[in-house]
Amino acid sequence: MGTSHADIDKHVRAYIGVFISLAVLTAVTVAASHIEFGSHSTNIVVGMLIAAVKAGLVATIFMHLKWEKKIIYWVLVLCFVLFAVLMIVPGLTMITSMTVGGS
Amino acid sequence: MSAELMPYTIKDHPVTGVYNGKLGIWLFLASEVMLFGALFSTYILLRVTAPEIGPAKWPIGHEETHLSVFIGTLNTFILITSSVTMVLCWAALKKGQFDKGRALLVLTAVLGAVFLFIKLWFEYRTKFAHDLFPKTSTFYSIYYVITGLHGLHVLAGVVVMFYFAGPGSKLWKDDPDYFTNRIECTGLYWHFVDLVWIFVFPLLYLL
Repeated sequence: MGTSHADIDKHVRAYIGVFISLAVLTAVTVAASHIEFGSHSTNIVVGMLIAAVKAGLVATIFMHLKWEKKIIYWVLVLCFVLFAVLMIVPGLTMITSMTVGGS
Repeated sequence: MSAELMPYTIKDHPVTGVYNGKLGIWLFLASEVMLFGALFSTYILLRVTAPEIGPAKWPIGHEETHLSVFIGTLNTFILITSSVTMVLCWAALKKGQFDKGRALLVLTAVLGAVFLFIKLWFEYRTKFAHDLFPKTSTFYSIYYVITGLHGLHVLAGVVVMFYFAGPGSKLWKDDPDYFTNRIECTGLYWHFVDLVWIFVFPLLYLL
């Protein structure tokens, strides 16, 4: 990542762009929650997709991941795999409770 | 000075390619992802196993949750704004503008404090007044745990930022690059706190 004054100014423009995008997407999330997309599950998917885009903007620009070194990416890959496992755990619990006849 | 005891606080480490503080804060944030991840996992389990009718039904929307979408949205805007003032602070320091950087750091900390004030005064206090406690329902138990833990993270960030704007700013005179890197690490933590809220807000307030 460049650190000359011109590079920093370029960064600042990106920061302002992300700020505006985040504000707009927050308004979009609130508006989308008032629309019925058929089933409520669809609303949840839409809400989470918008949140993922917002999180992506924060991580790549504000947290400098766009210009980061390899080692940080590897830490995050490992973190993401373990996080995915955590998200799968509730699903496994439900499958288990169904097979043993629970509710 | 401390440079011999803690090398690579400014220059990138030849093995990792980043200065030590940055690798440290990212490892810490990875552990934080797992901490909040466990709570999100719990949220999913509680929600999908909730009965579809009756008093234990999962509440959706303001009518059932009694959470104010307006307050949630306002706090979201406050955190987003504090994230941009944080990166602008780092950019100012990187350009050698200490006074501007410090003013932006103070502004970030104040925005964090305002977030906490709104959370405690307009949300928790009125919830308690209406007998809505963690014991009220599974929804409220996970609401208080997630927002409470997130609030503690905001508090920690505010304390650290006031430290660097106050007594901690002496480091700028001795070593501006070291100070700027510390602010970058503080920022990484602060953006993570913002990032968690980006998911908490729709999951608890909207959906």
